[in-house]
Amino acid sequence: MGHFIIRRLVSSILALLLIITFTFILVHMVPGGPFASEKQLPDSVMRNLEEKFHLNDPLWLQYVKYLGQVVKGDLGPSYKYENRTVNEFIRHGFPVSATLGALAVAIALVVGITLGIIAALRQNRWQDYLAMVIATIGFSAPSFIVASLLMFLFAYKIKIFPTAMWGTPAHAVLPSLALATLPTAFISRLIRANMIEVLQQDYIKTARSKGLSERVIIYKHALKNAILPVVTYLGPLIASIFTGSFVIEKIFAIPGIGRDFVIAITNRDYGLILGLTIFYAVFLMAMNLIVDLSYSLIDPRIKLTRGEG
Amino acid sequence: MKRNVTFTILGLLITFALILTGCAQDKGKKEETSKVIKYVLGADPETLDPAAMTGAPEGTIANAAFEGLTRYDKDGKITQGIAQKWEISPDGKTYTFYLRDAKWSDGSPVTAGDFKYAWLRALAPETASQYAYQLFYIKGAEEYNSGKGKAEDVGITVVDDKTLKVELSQPAPQFLGLTAFQTLYPLNKKAVEANPQFKVEGDKKIVGNGPFVIESYTPKQKLVFKKNPNYWDAASVKLDGLEFYLIDDDKTALTMVENGEADLVVGNVPVEDIPRLKQQGKLKVYPNLATYFYRFNVTKKPFDDPRVRKALAMAIDRKAIVETITQAEQKPAFAFTPYGIVDADGKDFRENGGNDYFKEDVEEAKKLLAEAGYPDGKGFPKVSILYNTSENHKKIAEAIQQMWKKNLGIEVNLVNQEWQVYLTMMEKLQYDVLRSGWIADYADPMTFMDMFVTGGGNNLTGWSNKEYDELIKKANSSGDQAVRMQAMHEAEKILMDEMPIMPIYFYTEPTVISDRVQDVIIPSFGVYAEFKWASVK
Repeated sequence: MGHFIIRRLVSSILALLLIITFTFILVHMVPGGPFASEKQLPDSVMRNLEEKFHLNDPLWLQYVKYLGQVVKGDLGPSYKYENRTVNEFIRHGFPVSATLGALAVAIALVVGITLGIIAALRQNRWQDYLAMVIATIGFSAPSFIVASLLMFLFAYKIKIFPTAMWGTPAHAVLPSLALATLPTAFISRLIRANMIEVLQQDYIKTARSKGLSERVIIYKHALKNAILPVVTYLGPLIASIFTGSFVIEKIFAIPGIGRDFVIAITNRDYGLILGLTIFYAVFLMAMNLIVDLSYSLIDPRIKLTRGEG
Repeated sequence: MKRNVTFTILGLLITFALILTGCAQDKGKKEETSKVIKYVLGADPETLDPAAMTGAPEGTIANAAFEGLTRYDKDGKITQGIAQKWEISPDGKTYTFYLRDAKWSDGSPVTAGDFKYAWLRALAPETASQYAYQLFYIKGAEEYNSGKGKAEDVGITVVDDKTLKVELSQPAPQFLGLTAFQTLYPLNKKAVEANPQFKVEGDKKIVGNGPFVIESYTPKQKLVFKKNPNYWDAASVKLDGLEFYLIDDDKTALTMVENGEADLVVGNVPVEDIPRLKQQGKLKVYPNLATYFYRFNVTKKPFDDPRVRKALAMAIDRKAIVETITQAEQKPAFAFTPYGIVDADGKDFRENGGNDYFKEDVEEAKKLLAEAGYPDGKGFPKVSILYNTSENHKKIAEAIQQMWKKNLGIEVNLVNQEWQVYLTMMEKLQYDVLRSGWIADYADPMTFMDMFVTGGGNNLTGWSNKEYDELIKKANSSGDQAVRMQAMHEAEKILMDEMPIMPIYFYTEPTVISDRVQDVIIPSFGVYAEFKWASVK
């Protein structure tokens, strides 16, 4: 297992270096720049700006300097938000996006698994159809529709939650529900399909014939196997949902980092684009590693050996 | 047992309900007594350092927290700010400002030195201020900013603590108005050196000299101001404070205001809601010093022929565009400089010059096009309209495309590009016809007219006219408003005769304000909302 982790770390660092290099080349290739504006700047002003952010150095030098900074954990300044660093953006925004993401994942797991089990146990009965209709709607409705609808119903028509912004627990309700819609639908379908399959296997029949209670059979024996695909899905889900959703954060005016990335690209904010890319990449790699490690905990048949790693 | 459970649940429910109603009542009481206006500002400010600010959102913040030598009054006229009075030399090149007794929010006095410090800081090459060019009217300023001159040679002199003398390199009556804006605000040297990043966190505060002082700032969320008791005119400030909400989704912002969670939103009202808001009497429309227009690339055929440019400008229906697409009472433009700028005689520059340099006349347009060699649009090259991706720009471009086809028989393509790509293509003249907009930097026609001088940074059409250049030069070298304004009227006439640009409409500022709020001023440029005199019912 130790060997497996080390191998993964080494390959992750190499992948990260590639990601940084490609992103660096790409951002400098795209037309525009962080100081482009509808109002043209005098040459002397433009020169001063380039001087300040070392944009007049040759690209390779900028790249080397940037790498040197990143190694020290400093992701550098934002070019557009002049007095803020990328580290500050992450420090302020990530906890917010992660809190919202954790709530959404919790809702998705509880509701999704419950719906999935109900549907599987009542297969082809009305409970199954209802659960799957809910899942299909959740699956196909775009998040901005869900978000706008929730806002209209529960903030504008029935005034029980604030329209937008962040701060109190009440502020988190509507956005986390909107964010949870898609993963809830996905998880419920996964669980249903797997439950149906698992429930027909021999060991479940054995358990039934042993006279175990239905509860023990479902929660202790069946669910444990049916949940494995959900765990696989959970890695990338957490990585994407914890790093924020552009649409949800924009609509509900949430100060997370989901918006920052998109806005940074529009602004050609080189520092912020690169810094957030690195942050996302590291987070995604970490999540995938944790998922791989957790397989062996849930299912002892999976062994993390050299060959499989 | 069962009964017990029922009672417990009932008890819990009652307690919960009581807590909830209690909270609600508390909230109600608080709102009644607090004199705070909640304003949806829009996107997060790029910086809180006045020298680094460029946009109106930042300008609005700075205007609440700082005050320059002058300030715009309730009627949009320049009035005394920190300067009590000023003298302008007969040649229009030397300004002497006499400061009043004013204090910073930390209690220290505002001196002439604070202005000099702030202006030299904005000009210093290492500050890299984007708006440093607003100070280029001052003698030696551009040289210092470009590294060719020294700070000592910039024409700013502190005569004494209360007297500031400024020497300009040429007469520029618009300079007085500029002293009301962010780049020219004074700064407290001690405070800036202690907090060079202009942070508001922990014990770091921004020391200002305006009607309000920034109390807290949560990035991408809100800015909280409280009244500045040290402001020289604190007696005029009726509010206890302000909250600026940093919400960049227009729809959400409007819902917040309509729901009573915020008091006003200025400018960023979604177009699809405008008809409904108008019908409900909730929409207020304010004038805006800005023009929506199309640039022609005059270096390219067929736009090198003024007759083609004129024909195109005459063959569209501006009234239809503002009434069915933009819908916020925008005025069709038949000139370039918008309404709302004072002329030499005290009347409106646009009214004096007229908004009728050309007419919409399809027959005349057809004739011009035929003269240029394209009768009924035959042989007209395939050209395209370039605009930055946006629903509104698209709708306008589609309307114009149809009007040109129907009226002149010419076919144009529509091309949209992401903002930065669009800017790059504009700079490199890689377009045929280009959607453009221009917002005044100061309340003088010069902010529009000097764009189109030969080789001007904002010309971007390839157009050049000697007579036009001469007239702008004449206006720029005279301190006499009558001479200046006359020259600019003449220049505008040439611009409209030659038509390197096709004006479409003058912008407006659609606004939704709660009835609770009174006397918020919505200026026509630079600042979205001025709260100095505002109050709540």
